Amino acid sequence: MAALEVEGLARHYGEREALADVSLSLDAGQTLVVFGANGAGKTTLLRVLASLLRPHAGSVRVLGSSLPGEAWAVRARVGLLGHEPLLYRELTARENLRFYARLYGVEDERVHELLESVAMHARANEPLRTLSRGMVQRVAVARAVLHDPELLLLDEPNANLDPAAIELVVPLLGAGPGPNGLRTRVICSHDPIRGLAEADVVLGLRAGRPALLRAGAEVDPDEIAELYR
Amino acid sequence: MSGVHAPPRAPQTVRPARPPRLWPTVRALLRKELLVELRTLESVPGMSLFAVATFVLFHFALNRSSVEGDLAAGILWVTLLFAAILGVNRLFVADAEQGGFDGFLLAPVDRSAMFVSKVLTLLAFLVVLELVAVPAFALLLLGSPLPPALPGLLATLALGDVGVAVIGTLVAAMAVRTRARDLLGPLLALPLFVPIVIGGARATSPLLVAVHPGTPAIRWLLTLGLYDLLFGLIAYALFDFLLED
Amino acid sequence: MERTRPIVYGKGLRPLSIATVVAMAVSLSLVFFYAPLEAEQGFLQKIFYLHVPLAIVALCGFVLGGLLAIQHLRTRDPRWDMRSYVVIHMSLIFAVGTLITGSIWAKGSWGHWWVWSEPTLVSFLIVFLLYATYQPLRFAIEDPERQSRYASVFAITAGAFVPMNFIAVRLSTAYLHPRVLGSTSNLPGPMALTFVVSLAAISLLFATLCKYELTAKHTRAQIRALRRRLAGESAAAPPRARSAAPSLQHVTAMSARATGSSAP
Repeated sequence: MAALEVEGLARHYGEREALADVSLSLDAGQTLVVFGANGAGKTTLLRVLASLLRPHAGSVRVLGSSLPGEAWAVRARVGLLGHEPLLYRELTARENLRFYARLYGVEDERVHELLESVAMHARANEPLRTLSRGMVQRVAVARAVLHDPELLLLDEPNANLDPAAIELVVPLLGAGPGPNGLRTRVICSHDPIRGLAEADVVLGLRAGRPALLRAGAEVDPDEIAELYR
Repeated sequence: MSGVHAPPRAPQTVRPARPPRLWPTVRALLRKELLVELRTLESVPGMSLFAVATFVLFHFALNRSSVEGDLAAGILWVTLLFAAILGVNRLFVADAEQGGFDGFLLAPVDRSAMFVSKVLTLLAFLVVLELVAVPAFALLLLGSPLPPALPGLLATLALGDVGVAVIGTLVAAMAVRTRARDLLGPLLALPLFVPIVIGGARATSPLLVAVHPGTPAIRWLLTLGLYDLLFGLIAYALFDFLLED
Repeated sequence: MERTRPIVYGKGLRPLSIATVVAMAVSLSLVFFYAPLEAEQGFLQKIFYLHVPLAIVALCGFVLGGLLAIQHLRTRDPRWDMRSYVVIHMSLIFAVGTLITGSIWAKGSWGHWWVWSEPTLVSFLIVFLLYATYQPLRFAIEDPERQSRYASVFAITAGAFVPMNFIAVRLSTAYLHPRVLGSTSNLPGPMALTFVVSLAAISLLFATLCKYELTAKHTRAQIRALRRRLAGESAAAPPRARSAAPSLQHVTAMSARATGSSAP
């Protein structure tokens, strides 16, 4: 079964087209990497897939459920790591994760495990506003995978992370085994080399429209660079 | 400090059997609200101090050392409403600024839980406000004894608070993601609060009289009740539309 | 196969305008030449035939704005938001008219430009203060879709508030003073007829003005859409200035493809 089926997706912001005529299909376990300049629609696409934005035209099916009508059915299976950490600065890492754990119906045990995995165990009881951006980003990663989602949506996930931290989160955000053995990912990236290395499918957006949609192996970095001109 | 771990196996416990129901979600949200308020103390102390300061202002503005009846009821209700507006302005700020809306919208929960939790939070703030403001009012300005007036006063305040909490939450959600949020909130809220002032002040004024204090007329309590019911239902129905992006 | 018809807004605008002019003319003649002079208040009382219909139409307009907003939230079609916006906008103007005529009447009958003892006037002041925030609220939200959505939530809340407010204010003034400016029940025959005709005329005026505004906005949106099509797909849309009014750009594009639906 396809993890993602998008057909003619369009979304406008007033008179401007944020996304137009986007169609793609992604199988379970595959990784889609989206390239494009700022404002090309990458974040909008991610937010539509996360059910945060409604499609204005076209159809979107995520993990078998169509959006926005059946969004409630997939929220438990989708994780988003965007530009914002979505964490409360006045609360500690542990309190933040516990809060989300309760929203997702996840046991506290998992919070404990994740804090260890992102090496935040020692500073889990300090308010986030006292922590560095890199540490906050690590907690944000934990938040995104707290409920072990089948579909991971990542918007430039390595931003704000030093190389050591990137190493830490690779197993969590990587194309590793997910709940049904297959974790599907959609990653927005500005890094052609790294991005292409991970991509099963590549989507290039220009001004909201798909300029490029091919298997990752068939794309070379120059074509990505073209998108930014 | 732990090194790199193998990714945690997905334990059976991670997958919920069904999405969390309304009340557990509300509880989780309330816990978060209270934690944030206790850490920052942004709303409640400010509201309470504001009320007391306003009483002092009224003393000088009206050149009175004690007030009764209509005047007392009016000063009390107007002060409480203005103090409430301070709380209303802060109600969603943390969520709007720290991406709390997205985090909540991504979760597999009943979205009405946010409305319920915010109304209950604002209600809690109002109760604490009144615990400070009403005795302060009795001390500084009220010319009649407070204890005999308390039962009627508390009943009226309870009904009024629900209305303020409901409308305040709705207005706060409307105003928070706009450009002039601190201005629009009060501008939207104050006309909407007029029936609460009418019902509350008219009900309270016979209580705050030293000689022959009366009881609140039922019509005013019914007005407040009707208002609470009407806007409670409307706000509950409309709130989710404000959460979407 | 879909037949594409050009959308014609403003259909029926001319007959409506003519009907309005005729009704206003008839109503004015009745007011000045037919309706008897009222015993106590004299000539000034005739402003009643303007003040009360303005009030009734404005109130119905506000409530209608709320109903249209409900449709918008249900269907997410921006045209409903446009209708809601225009109706509320027009009702606000009529509400100001109500306040002004009421104030003149109060000055004439009671000697003061403002009286707290007239519940209709007082309620209108509150309703005016509320709806005066409608446009600033819209203007403060830049995302057009969110602007429409929030405006609809406001319109529904405010629409429900109007009757609630009337009840509360009525109760609060009821047992303070008797009604100063007279009520509309128990009107003798000729006055009742004049009143009904005036009400009809003001209602037609409201409907016509709304239709004019809707037509103008739709037309402007269509022109913009056509200009963009002329400029070609690749041309970047010139950024539209921030505005409190709903944008219809995508509706005109959509409707141009569907079988034409007429009138706003």
